Amino acid sequence: MAELCGVVGIGQTEHRAARTDVSMAGLLREAAERALEDAQLTWKDIDAVVIGKAPDLFEGVMMPELFLAEALGGAMKPMLRVHTAGSVGGSTGIVAASLVQAGIHDRVLCVAWEKQSESNAMWALTISMPFSVAVVAGAGGYFAPLIRGYIRRSGAPDDTGIRVALKDRLNALKNPYAHLQIPDVTFEQIEQSPMLWDPIRYLETCPSSDGACAMVLSSERLAEQAPTRPAWVHATAMRSEPTMFAGRDQVIPRASLDNAKALYEKAGITNPRQQIDVAEIYVPFSWFEPMWMEGMLFAPTNEGWKMTYEGATAMDGDMPINPSGGVLSSNPIGASGLLRFAEAAMQVRGQAGEHQVDGARKALGHAYGGGSQYYSTWIVGSDKP
Amino acid sequence: MADEKGPVEIVQTPVELDYTYTAGQAATRFLKGVEQGKFLGQRCPVDGLVYVASRGSSPKHGVPTGPDTVEVSDKGTLISFSIVRIPSANLSVEPPFAAISVLLDGADSHLMHVLDECPLEEVRMGMRVEAVWLPKDQWTASMQNVTHFRPTGEPDAPFDSYKDHL
Ligand SMILES: [Zn+2]
Repeated sequence: MAELCGVVGIGQTEHRAARTDVSMAGLLREAAERALEDAQLTWKDIDAVVIGKAPDLFEGVMMPELFLAEALGGAMKPMLRVHTAGSVGGSTGIVAASLVQAGIHDRVLCVAWEKQSESNAMWALTISMPFSVAVVAGAGGYFAPLIRGYIRRSGAPDDTGIRVALKDRLNALKNPYAHLQIPDVTFEQIEQSPMLWDPIRYLETCPSSDGACAMVLSSERLAEQAPTRPAWVHATAMRSEPTMFAGRDQVIPRASLDNAKALYEKAGITNPRQQIDVAEIYVPFSWFEPMWMEGMLFAPTNEGWKMTYEGATAMDGDMPINPSGGVLSSNPIGASGLLRFAEAAMQVRGQAGEHQVDGARKALGHAYGGGSQYYSTWIVGSDKP
Repeated sequence: MADEKGPVEIVQTPVELDYTYTAGQAATRFLKGVEQGKFLGQRCPVDGLVYVASRGSSPKHGVPTGPDTVEVSDKGTLISFSIVRIPSANLSVEPPFAAISVLLDGADSHLMHVLDECPLEEVRMGMRVEAVWLPKDQWTASMQNVTHFRPTGEPDAPFDSYKDHL
């Protein structure tokens, strides 16, 4: 990478089931204006805009970047749309960072969103193909058999998922932007919530949210002049693989492991669990925490669940995962990956408020999407790489 | 537009798109087999693994499968499943039901279907299952010829026999 890149502004909306108080353009603008305010910049300081969301089918608005350009100060500026399914938020951040790292632009605004109240993702993900039977009920229907495969393979105790959900739901109470806030949530409450896609319970599932996230990324020279300490981008990585092929490991796919190795190599990390202070990982269903502890090489094969079980992933554990409450607490699909990236940057800027991990100096943001086939990740630090 | 009911916040605008779907060579080959009560697959020339149904190419190696077709069994092993209890538009079946991944004997790729004729609490990984076909005079070139899968009653397949297909 030729140039260093720093995160100088971060903004997000209050994530809610239905933000009927704003249009789609208004929702994005809310996040973008907050990012500009954080960076103490104005629209004219932005050289280019990168935006991302989940498939257009969700809201039924094709190429929404066209009608959103003006609201995002994108008129007469380079504007780029990113598509990588559920991982798109992460990829959007990476594309924006690469425009800075390549020396093409000095300041890039990236924005990602979903307005699920104007869409029907469950319908869009229950695909009925001609000449076939449709039995995959939404994302949960797709991922439940993979989770069962993980449980069988690892021998993880049945209540691992409940423990993840409890932790993330308690963390969400410390994050004013989080959508699902369940005061006094208990283990029993999660355990007794209805099974939607056995073994996934209702309270082990992400909500459907309206929300957006935005970041301003700057070149080294401009980031050094920023009013607030920037989060320096240490490394980014993206990998993908086909949705299905014979012999594919769908539980911990090869692309996930390759992505993790590439990321750590670029960041000079040899022991991720020790060298990374906090991580925001894409966990839309509780069981994906232990699965991605293995997929991100924080834990040896079949031992990811032990990190959850031993409390290592709690706020006060040695590897805090999702102090923001994560995707389990807010899921504006397209924004969810960028939120993971932004929350990681907030941690190393000391901006995370009540869910700040003390002394966090190096943080990881992670997103995955499609049939567990798209991965995007980054590592940011308080210090320059 | 604001009146005593407040501003309009959301408007539903249903759209409809009609497609003429052409199955293409690979799916046609598979569906013609299903019309005869057979599951036909194709082998990847690189690793020799059998795709049922083949889409005409190996996603892993990016090469055409075949040219020969391989007939596989309509029996197989249930390698994973979910009990779906939540309704959704487009589903072919009413919840609750067991959505299963089946690895047909002789195939290396799995397919998704419904398990029936089995209490939901007895569904398990490794179960041996078989396709249940419509009466022959109702067969068309569609997977709807198979109404569901059901247990065969054979002993469960050992985990090692399918663990690399999860
Ligand atoms: Zn192949």
